Amino acid sequence: MIQKPYIPITISLLFALMLSMLPLPGWINHIRPDWVTLVLIYWAMALPLTAGVMTAFVFGLLLDVSQSTLLGQHALALVIIIYLVQRLYLRIRVYTLIQQAIFVGVLLAIKQLVVLWVSGITNNAPDITLYFLPTLTGVFIWPWLFILLRDIRRRFCHSQHR
Amino acid sequence: MVEMNALFQNRTSLVIRAIILIMFSIALMIADHRWNHLENLRKGLSNIIYPLRYTINIPAEFVQWIDESITSHNKLLEDNKRLKADHLLFEARLQKMDTLELENQRLRSLLGTPRKASERVLIAEIFSVEQDPYKRLININKDADDGAYIGQAIIDAYGIMGQIIHVNENSSTVMLISDSNHAIPIQINRTGLRGTVFGTGDSSKLELRFIPHNANIKEGDIVSSSGLGGRFPPNYPVGVINSIERPAGETFASIDITPSAKLDQSREVLMLWHNAPADTNSLESPGKK
Repeated sequence: MIQKPYIPITISLLFALMLSMLPLPGWINHIRPDWVTLVLIYWAMALPLTAGVMTAFVFGLLLDVSQSTLLGQHALALVIIIYLVQRLYLRIRVYTLIQQAIFVGVLLAIKQLVVLWVSGITNNAPDITLYFLPTLTGVFIWPWLFILLRDIRRRFCHSQHR
Repeated sequence: MVEMNALFQNRTSLVIRAIILIMFSIALMIADHRWNHLENLRKGLSNIIYPLRYTINIPAEFVQWIDESITSHNKLLEDNKRLKADHLLFEARLQKMDTLELENQRLRSLLGTPRKASERVLIAEIFSVEQDPYKRLININKDADDGAYIGQAIIDAYGIMGQIIHVNENSSTVMLISDSNHAIPIQINRTGLRGTVFGTGDSSKLELRFIPHNANIKEGDIVSSSGLGGRFPPNYPVGVINSIERPAGETFASIDITPSAKLDQSREVLMLWHNAPADTNSLESPGKK
């Protein structure tokens, strides 16, 4: 029944990781959405038994290595928000796309805050004037990403739920 | 009903798993921040990142390859001519430098302060640039097999660029002097005044801090590394003083420096061996005043 959902999940997350490392001109970096987090939120919501806090932790560490941040910084933030998603996934699923996008915005903001907070403690806090722009772009991109990933899920993993 | 049961079991264990992972992340961060003991873990994980980075680079490298293959014959001839002329010019300058260095050594031996032999260098290529807009990090294509070590100084043809902060497999991460976490001990060439230059996160601006209002400095002064702290080799250019403001009421002047190295433009950089890897714990060299 379940056709190895691990494979599409891993591939989409690795692809998101690549998007987050893709070199782009300077100003776009300030609005680059947080791809890995968005994709993780989707999978934790759609297939909560497959993608959970452990997945979040592993990809958090990979983000830390790829961005040369403190090991565990993104991992901590991702575990916290994916935990929230796993607690609330039944509720999030019945939201409309717009409501979902707003909720995702809140999650992204929490993630950004935790990362900022850790940076602050280790005294490398960045300038925060533009720091939350990726949260906004994440909200705008969510509906499209949701539809894309839903199609991928329907195609490659015959769903456990729904 | 079955699903509900699975759900409830899942919930309790979910809390426990989340708490364990959160504690584990915090422990990792503390270990990484305080003791830098996790370089091996980082190295292992970077093996997963490396192929991804490589894949991202393929289109750019392909375009570059095409560009190189269809460069016209004339352009190559032109380049060749220009490079030969440059080479001649530099040779002539080097000759002068050689005499100067000999003279310098002679004078130093007279004074009884032996000068260290010149440093070994190796050319490395910039492999990718960190995409986080709040950091100034680059990755170069050399690793421990080539002798790279944490704290190694990286320069380009015009001045000091930064230092290595992580050595991975097949690549190393370099923190540029413009990163806001970076500091480098310097001295002003004209007066010998010592100080510390901090990065600002902006690659066209550095900051010389903790210099009192009445210090003897002026715009256009050349700032070079002092070698104090043992991280960077002495006497490599860091930048030129661009503007000095002396706000009334502040203890220190605010001094902007334009970096000499082309932090945003170089494609090739030089790795410099000037001393053996000493301590790898502190990123900031304690070279202040």
